[in-house]
Amino acid sequence: MANKEVDQISGIETTGHEWDGIKELNNPLPRWWLYTFYACCLWALGYAIAYPAIPLIKGNTAGFLGYSSRADVADELTKAKVAQAGLLSKIESSSLEEIRKDPTLLQFAVSGGRSAFLVNCVQCHGAGASGSPGYPNLNDDDWIWGGKLEDIYTTLKHGIRFQWDDDTRTSQMPAFGADELLKKGQINDVAEFVRQLAGLEHNAEAATWGAKAYAEHCAACHKDTGEGDREQGAPSLKDAIWFYGSSKEEIAQQIARPRHGVMPGWINRLDDNTLKKLTVYVHSLGGGE
Amino acid sequence: MVTVYNSVERVDAEAVNSKEKRVDYAARVKIFPKRVAGSFRSLKWWIMLITLGIYYVTPWIRWDRGPHAPDQAVLVDLANGRFYFFFIEIWPQELFYIAGLLIMAGVGLFLVTSTVGRAWCGYTCPQTVWVDLFLVVERWVEGDRNARIKLDKGPYTFDKWRKRLLKHAIWIVIAVATGGAWIFYFADAPTLLWSFITVDAPLVAYSTVAILTATTYVFAAFMREQVCTYMCPWPRIQGAMLDEDSLVVTYNDWRGEGRGSQKQRRAEGEEKFGDCIDCNLCVAVCPQGIDIRDGQQLECITCALCIDACDGVMEKIGKPKGLISYATLRTYNANTAGVDSPTTWRSFIRPRTYIYIGVWALIGLVMLGFLLTRDRLDVNVLHDRNPVYVRLSDGSIRNGYTIKILNMKAEPRAITLSLSGINGATMSVVGQDAAAGNAIEVALKPDKLVALKVYVSASPANLSGERSDMEFKVSDKTDGEQSTYSANFNGPAREEK
Repeated sequence: MANKEVDQISGIETTGHEWDGIKELNNPLPRWWLYTFYACCLWALGYAIAYPAIPLIKGNTAGFLGYSSRADVADELTKAKVAQAGLLSKIESSSLEEIRKDPTLLQFAVSGGRSAFLVNCVQCHGAGASGSPGYPNLNDDDWIWGGKLEDIYTTLKHGIRFQWDDDTRTSQMPAFGADELLKKGQINDVAEFVRQLAGLEHNAEAATWGAKAYAEHCAACHKDTGEGDREQGAPSLKDAIWFYGSSKEEIAQQIARPRHGVMPGWINRLDDNTLKKLTVYVHSLGGGE
Repeated sequence: MVTVYNSVERVDAEAVNSKEKRVDYAARVKIFPKRVAGSFRSLKWWIMLITLGIYYVTPWIRWDRGPHAPDQAVLVDLANGRFYFFFIEIWPQELFYIAGLLIMAGVGLFLVTSTVGRAWCGYTCPQTVWVDLFLVVERWVEGDRNARIKLDKGPYTFDKWRKRLLKHAIWIVIAVATGGAWIFYFADAPTLLWSFITVDAPLVAYSTVAILTATTYVFAAFMREQVCTYMCPWPRIQGAMLDEDSLVVTYNDWRGEGRGSQKQRRAEGEEKFGDCIDCNLCVAVCPQGIDIRDGQQLECITCALCIDACDGVMEKIGKPKGLISYATLRTYNANTAGVDSPTTWRSFIRPRTYIYIGVWALIGLVMLGFLLTRDRLDVNVLHDRNPVYVRLSDGSIRNGYTIKILNMKAEPRAITLSLSGINGATMSVVGQDAAAGNAIEVALKPDKLVALKVYVSASPANLSGERSDMEFKVSDKTDGEQSTYSANFNGPAREEK
């Protein structure tokens, strides 16, 4: 600092910095401020020794206190498991109906079931469980294999048309078109009749013809009035919910070449507690019986 | 060979910034404020009494709210998310009242600063009040300024040890009481005091007391004016808010200079001098350790003790008071120019203060309006997002809602939740077996929120396309209070035939 400038009014040396005519005086810093800075340095040093701090080629220094955020997480998970232990054992020993009746267990099962659902089921049924063509909507009150707690539990355990499980639910609608059981015109007539059963717009004359073929080929499973049969996994044809669409073309296509979805059985993949929670969760979505 | 030196006398001169004297870091110079009496000192005693009284007594005031709510008049119940202030109870979503109060406090400070300068700093700031309190103890134990300076400079005798220990002991007791009082705002005071004494209180209570004890002790016993000068941002902001009509503690040098001691006056004649007799009393009483005669300074908290000191001296020597006084820059400049212009309350009358008062009052009135008309029964509705609607097997459309009903009264209530806007729409509550209808009875616990999962079903014929308007209403038949929520009901864009 060759040019020392002294402020005329205060008699204090300036730093030489100037902003719009305002000059900074070079007043000394309070000493305690310096000590505070030293104290912070010491603290940082102590911190670096006590806690993981210094990166090495592989990993980092562990610190004397042996702290690790990973261990913290593990600790919290263990604590959560211990905290849940009581509820989990209750879920294990309670029947599905008992779980549903107990508000605490119900809440626990529904939130646990939702987590399991988001990991295992969303791929087909969607995050809101509302499905898509070919994948049923679990929010509604239409159930192919039954909507009672026990029904849902069984479906979850053994799946549908799941070839690796002998107890799986199975139904097989004949391919009336592909196997030439019905002629194209007959299929068209049956489709008109099915729309009549459901109360949709239809060609009355064709439906009359279709009724005959229906009674012969379809009524065994779907029943005379089209209400279906859960024992056989035959869906209702008279309600407003359509698995593969309700237009005449879509119905006719399903009669000619039926599609058959597959749901895996979860008995070997999820523990019984999780299956129970999933059951209660699906049942709670609004359509449970 | 003999060297002959010509005689040169050493001149007693030193460079102001000589290498030896220049410091990068300055040690705190101890300040020993002298006791002073006067009207401002009396005012400050009263303010200290009132502010400390409010701080210590408030948590112990009881306020009966019935069996379902705490009976502490002022309570910040963090665990349950409630704030109680006498007859007002605030829920977390009503925190804007606190925000409003803080804004009012801010505008209030602007108003105060623009009119009476740094009155907050000089009279009511906790730092000022507690330093004042600590100084009372210091004077009581060690004596006034001269005795304290002597004691401080003297060797550590038994007497010095005794006084120092006593002083610090009392300070620490005050500090503990200060930190201790704080926690009673956050829990039932008598219960907490008992559990605190029996070492049964939560750890956070002890750590809060410990931290506040430490800050009180360090700030009021050791840091003192350093807090104002170096740590607090407020003096810097206030410096920017003062204008030439704001009151500041002013040494009226147009009247006081040239200053001369009584000895000089006797020797050289009275006429030569102004009113300042250079007794230095204004410097001796200053808790900030400054000389107000150097002009307005950043360090000055306008505590006005120098005014009291100087007025006392003026009285003694038979001169008019007010050599040091509250004055505005405008009157000071006028007086300096030779125009006699006293500082009066007229300096408060200017657009700036009107605007501050207007803004302050407006916020206050709006908040008061909200407070007087606010609901104590409220309903919030969350529409299910996924799926937005579900078709049921009979063709009807179902929407799901999470309905939160807030009973903000400290008593149980029986209310009716009803729905309107869509013909024939029915609702059912998950977990309740009651038949679906368009109204259901709900029992509310006192001062609690209840969340219901509600399904509403309607025939597509009664819907208006993708979005129909409907309304949920909660009503209390007993006191007639009701609250509504406008919600949407989603359905398919068109119906298949």
